[in-house]
Amino acid sequence: MTSTLRVNPIACSGHGLCAELLPELIALDEWGYPVIADGPVPAGLTRQARRAVTDCPALALALAPEPEPGRAAPIRPGTGRSGS
Amino acid sequence: MSAVTGSATTPVAPARPGPAGGGGLPRLLPPAGLAADLAADLAAGLAAHLGRHGPVPYRDATRALIADVRAAGLTGRGGAAFPAYRKLEAVAAARPGRAVVAGNGAEGEPASHKDEALLTLAPHLVLDGLQLAAEAVGAGRAILYVRRDVLRRTQIETRISERPATGLDRVPVRVIPAPGRFLAGQESALSSLVSGAAAVPRFTPPPVFERGVDGRPTLVQNVETLAHLALVARYGPAWFRGLGTLSEPGTMLCTLRQADGSVTVVEAAIGTPLAALLDLRAASAVLVGGYHGAWIPARQATRLTLSNAALRPLGGFLGAGVLAALPAGRCGLAEAARVARYLARESAGQCGPCRNALPAIAAAMTELAGPRPGPRVIADLTRWAGLVEGRGACHHPDGTVRFLRSALLVFADEVREHERGRCTGPGGRPFLPVPAGPAARDGGDGDDDDGT
Repeated sequence: MTSTLRVNPIACSGHGLCAELLPELIALDEWGYPVIADGPVPAGLTRQARRAVTDCPALALALAPEPEPGRAAPIRPGTGRSGS
Repeated sequence: MSAVTGSATTPVAPARPGPAGGGGLPRLLPPAGLAADLAADLAAGLAAHLGRHGPVPYRDATRALIADVRAAGLTGRGGAAFPAYRKLEAVAAARPGRAVVAGNGAEGEPASHKDEALLTLAPHLVLDGLQLAAEAVGAGRAILYVRRDVLRRTQIETRISERPATGLDRVPVRVIPAPGRFLAGQESALSSLVSGAAAVPRFTPPPVFERGVDGRPTLVQNVETLAHLALVARYGPAWFRGLGTLSEPGTMLCTLRQADGSVTVVEAAIGTPLAALLDLRAASAVLVGGYHGAWIPARQATRLTLSNAALRPLGGFLGAGVLAALPAGRCGLAEAARVARYLARESAGQCGPCRNALPAIAAAMTELAGPRPGPRVIADLTRWAGLVEGRGACHHPDGTVRFLRSALLVFADEVREHERGRCTGPGGRPFLPVPAGPAARDGGDGDDDDGT
């Protein structure tokens, strides 16, 4: 089971600690907010990724299970502004 | 007027013969002559509605309508074009009586007036659809979410109060005023406001169809989608597919802003040539899909139809049906910059990337709209667009970036003019409507403040 890193952008307040703990996968934009590399967390970085998740002062970082390839995408309606 | 005749000759399959007047246009809106009367006398609406469409065709069972909605191919008309049956199915999985149904008429898009037109001219079709959707998913409550100024102009609360006397409604309908903000109609924002918090988008999952209003599974459908649903319930999926295209069946309401400045709401079959809707001879470019939509050069628009299939290859989509023909001789960059500033103001400000990058993008667009922009402006815009995309809790940054990128592409010649210190439409009057400041649309016509 592989995992991906996800930021809750509302909770994130741009401390930047995650990028210090996991520079291999997390960079900061010019305002100090994390930009996460695409794709699953490589096996060799799982420990550091867990540390970044638990140490985030805003609890805004999570490791989410990667959907298996070929599995139907979850239902995700609701991008419309006046409803959909 | 054919509104009270026809359709009763073959009583064998009452759901199938089609409305009085047949299968043509308009479907949602009343026939042209009647529309003017209704706009002048809203109270005449219920009798006209019952005469034209008959009583609410309840199925007396949950889920019964969902197969018809699926067969009809009805998609959401609020902008996302998501298959309506999938949301209905997801919410119908809830325990009976627990779910909530919300009719979304927030219409936060400043250039769109179709929800207001529908609520003025055919409110009972929307209210029928709300009831039928509530029955289909087994909901115990219904909500109608409409901007305060629109509530007053459409007198929708009076329209609702006329109905129980005639036994039309089975679940109570609560009217919730929507703030006049761009993102107020985003479905998690709706859910949040109705649950007692601010009308700002939420970080999903869980989606509102699992946990929405007061933590209950919530079906949020645009008011136009509900009106179509009320017609599908009466006349069936085959009738619904009698107009539109195979992959995008039915009709849709469009707000047309012509190059001469006139604005109308029309109901058009999907697949109609854009040139049949807009006078493109006087236009340089067309904005499709509103302020999260895309610009298309007018000469390309002449070959396109009103459909997502036609617009997608050009990066466009129908959205909530806003089509605006920018007059030749107006500066597209000035228009795009004004909209970009508006979109930056309308960020809910919850997510760092959107809160920081959108004002930067708007400032750069403003510089580009002026004479002799700096040499790094385009590079900055391109970088910030890539940086903010996909990093918000909602799609506001993504929609803003789509609008911006299409403007840079379609108005590339204008960029070169500005670099030389020239402009196609210097000092021209603004063309696209943009509210003056935050929440201006709430009180823009003398309304009270939003003190709920």
